[in-house]
Amino acid sequence: MKFLFLFFSLVIITGISKGQTLITGIITDAKKQPVFGASLTIKDSYDGATADSAGRFLFKAYDKGRQLLIVTSVGYKTVEMPVELTGSGELKLAIQMKQEITEMSAVVITAGSFEASDRKRVAAVLTSIDILTTASANADVTGALKTLPGAQQVGESEGLFVRGGTAAETKTFIDGTLVNNFFYTSVPGIATRGRFSPSIFKGTVFSTGGYSALYGQALSSALILESVDLPEQSSATLNLSVISAGAGLQHLSKNKKSSWGFNYDYSNLSAAFAVLKQRQDYSKAPGGHNFDANFRIKTSANGMLKYYGYYTSNGLAFTSNSLDSAGYLDKFSMKNNNMYHNLSWKENLKNKWKMSAGVSFSTNHDTIGFGMQNQQKKDVLLNGLQYKTFQLDNKGLYLNARIVLEKKFRSLSALRFGTEYNYSDDKSIYTVYNGLKYNSRFVTNNYALFAEQDVYITNNLAAKFGARAEYAAWLEKFNVAPRVSLAYKLGKQSQVSLAYGIFYQNPEMKYLPAVNSMKFMKAEHYIAQYQKTTSLTTFRAEVFYKKYAQLIKTTNVNGRELAANNNGFGDASGFEFFWRDKKNIKNLDYWISYSYLDTKRDFLNFPYAITPNFAAHHTASVVAKKFVTSLKTNFNISYNYSSGRPYYNIQYDTDNKSFFADKGNVTDYHNVSFALNFLPDIGKKNAKSFAVYVLSISNIFNIKQVYGYSYSTNGKNKQELVAPSRMFIFIGAFISFGVDRSEDAINNNL
Amino acid sequence: MKQLLSTFFCFAVLITASAQSEKYAGAMQKNFGALASAKSPAEMLDVSNAFERIANAEKNQWLPFYYASLTKVWYAFMLNDPKQYDQVADQCDSLVAKAENLEKSNSEISLLKAMIATLRMVVDPMSRYMQYGTMLNKFIEESKQLDPSNPRPYMWQAQNVSKTPTQFGGGCENAKPIFEKSLELFKTFKPKSPMYPDWGKEQTEKAYQECK
Repeated sequence: MKFLFLFFSLVIITGISKGQTLITGIITDAKKQPVFGASLTIKDSYDGATADSAGRFLFKAYDKGRQLLIVTSVGYKTVEMPVELTGSGELKLAIQMKQEITEMSAVVITAGSFEASDRKRVAAVLTSIDILTTASANADVTGALKTLPGAQQVGESEGLFVRGGTAAETKTFIDGTLVNNFFYTSVPGIATRGRFSPSIFKGTVFSTGGYSALYGQALSSALILESVDLPEQSSATLNLSVISAGAGLQHLSKNKKSSWGFNYDYSNLSAAFAVLKQRQDYSKAPGGHNFDANFRIKTSANGMLKYYGYYTSNGLAFTSNSLDSAGYLDKFSMKNNNMYHNLSWKENLKNKWKMSAGVSFSTNHDTIGFGMQNQQKKDVLLNGLQYKTFQLDNKGLYLNARIVLEKKFRSLSALRFGTEYNYSDDKSIYTVYNGLKYNSRFVTNNYALFAEQDVYITNNLAAKFGARAEYAAWLEKFNVAPRVSLAYKLGKQSQVSLAYGIFYQNPEMKYLPAVNSMKFMKAEHYIAQYQKTTSLTTFRAEVFYKKYAQLIKTTNVNGRELAANNNGFGDASGFEFFWRDKKNIKNLDYWISYSYLDTKRDFLNFPYAITPNFAAHHTASVVAKKFVTSLKTNFNISYNYSSGRPYYNIQYDTDNKSFFADKGNVTDYHNVSFALNFLPDIGKKNAKSFAVYVLSISNIFNIKQVYGYSYSTNGKNKQELVAPSRMFIFIGAFISFGVDRSEDAINNNL
Repeated sequence: MKQLLSTFFCFAVLITASAQSEKYAGAMQKNFGALASAKSPAEMLDVSNAFERIANAEKNQWLPFYYASLTKVWYAFMLNDPKQYDQVADQCDSLVAKAENLEKSNSEISLLKAMIATLRMVVDPMSRYMQYGTMLNKFIEESKQLDPSNPRPYMWQAQNVSKTPTQFGGGCENAKPIFEKSLELFKTFKPKSPMYPDWGKEQTEKAYQECK
């Protein structure tokens, strides 16, 4: 080869005529490796060459005198070197190129977070479509996230229980601002759904720990959602299912710079509940009205102003056999009105500055009634059990605002800083059986300042340093929380990431007013992660340690659990695996996740540090998706497993000290869910409408799932806490007009 | 006589500008030769770099930018390694943007943009179809509209359709009429200038035969 090259250059030299300079040499990088494909040019001339696989080049230059030689190659900084062309002979050059830090080649900090997004070049583990089509998710955002490592399979209440944390330790943010009532109002023993449809989000970051300083007030986890931009086209939609009916419109302006839209949905579960027997006896099946509206305006090439808002009104009422008095019923009723508005604005400013601002405003009104009834469904007041009859009227008003400025520097480094303000006003009227009313009101003002610096040292090493300072005016407490993460690339496909951070959270509203003055609750996270990705597979392994301090302890004040002090503590450690594969089994896309969790904590009314009832040692999920082209049908199946969680009945003794009246472990949890989407209009030319028919069955094998136990007040009677119905079947049709949705479907399944 | 005079006049104008353009035409022709014989990705990259050098030196010619971008797309497909496509597509995008600055609303440029969208789509069709599949079709339609006599948008469309499953409206059956339309246009297509794009006839014939 070397000989050939020599020979070749000889031929050229002999072929060289007067007035030409032969330029030869070699191009290497800092590690002395040849830079294949580098392009050399004498500025403003046609003369130049491409470096071969050994980094060698040779070419003839016709210009004379002092010229500029420009060398470019992807992933390297451009080299400009002056050369003296004599017009004869050979000029030998040895050129060294330095690597450039680029988005394509640089390491991405991924410790502790899962990203689901349609954006390219981010370590996206799931796409937003995956959330819609995960069988066990029932088109609920958090349902899909429960198939990822880190989250528990808790079925008796809503929310994400992450790495030994409570649901309240996970906070949700939409376009940067905090969401106060992400889930529908809690119902005892039933997990409610999220209020937001997954289709309004284009990006999801699910952080299971060690998240950025841009977010706060969550001890365990942050769920960061980004709403969709302008629609591709105008369209009208219609949906009909066993539980709801709705219609909507999206309009894209002619110049494609703005859009508006709205949807209305009516849901009523009475028909479904007539077929699928429920554990509870509903006098009013869950249902209600939901109206949402949006507009999006492109304010510049990269600027976007977005609004999304909804109004919902819903309610339910049911009775179930009372554990306190045989032959009587416990009654529960709930009415909820909720309104949410979110306005966000992103803009690229001059000199690589970027601004994103957002404000959200929401109100919530719950009217909740508890009581007892006899078999004839007549309200009764039983002696000694009068306290079980009461009404709660909660009114909340929330305002969140945030602004973040970002400055990009050379080689991807960036500085972000900003401020956040959260306001809440919760009014509550507690009416006891004899009509006596207790009013309470809590107003909180929280301020935060934060800054974060991304540093790319090389393509292989990146770090993120952040700090967040918070002031809770109502607690008169101040905190500063540092956050650090690092990522190091081991090879083309593999990398390790580390993350550390301190996280603070206000005491939960429902345990207030406190007996004493309260402090922030605190958690410290340590995370190490290994990740290996190819374009169609992802493998992740993560270990973590989490230390809790200043958790609130509660005391019993006239039957109510109220915050007493910040003497609670705890820790959690574990490891997790995730494997996603779209490649190795033809036409099958699947992922497997496994989590091991070891956690103990002493908080609320726990007598001492125990593994809490919301933490299982082993959690695993398998999700598989297959599109059968000939049937135009997408099949989704998922299996969720969790080892038996502990359960406790905590009572107070005569000294007002808590003790375990009962405890144990429930049986393992298994759930196999199945869903299919039939898309008959796929590939039909000029179809006027596009329909998707959905059939989904959760817990298809009708396996008994026990989440825990509920107890009578005296602790003598207990009953298994199970899902309202073992199996749930959903049948629905979604039809859109004016738009050929085939592409979405193909996108989903190709 | 009048006609002769005007022809002569044109000729004279051409000559004054010719010292530069002769060199340009010569360099371009040399590259077309190298392009015709490029068999490996390395050779294709060399051709692309050479077009880019001409483009940067000339500054006002859209064709070398166009060819530099086009040959980079071919280079990527020759590499046959989707992991590298995004990076190459970035370069193709910047080159085609420069071509478009000099030549607005050209059917060939729209088609080239469709080809770059294809390149990005095949990296991960499952999650990218929505974005780049839509873009691809948009540019194909734009290309057809800008020059209804251009056979290449039909060629690119036919190739894409032939590789899409039948159930999604793809397959050879659906691609055939588009191939035929493209071949028919190839029969009558006349490049607007000597260096104007005039490629794809053989590839189309071959792909059509494979589909038959």
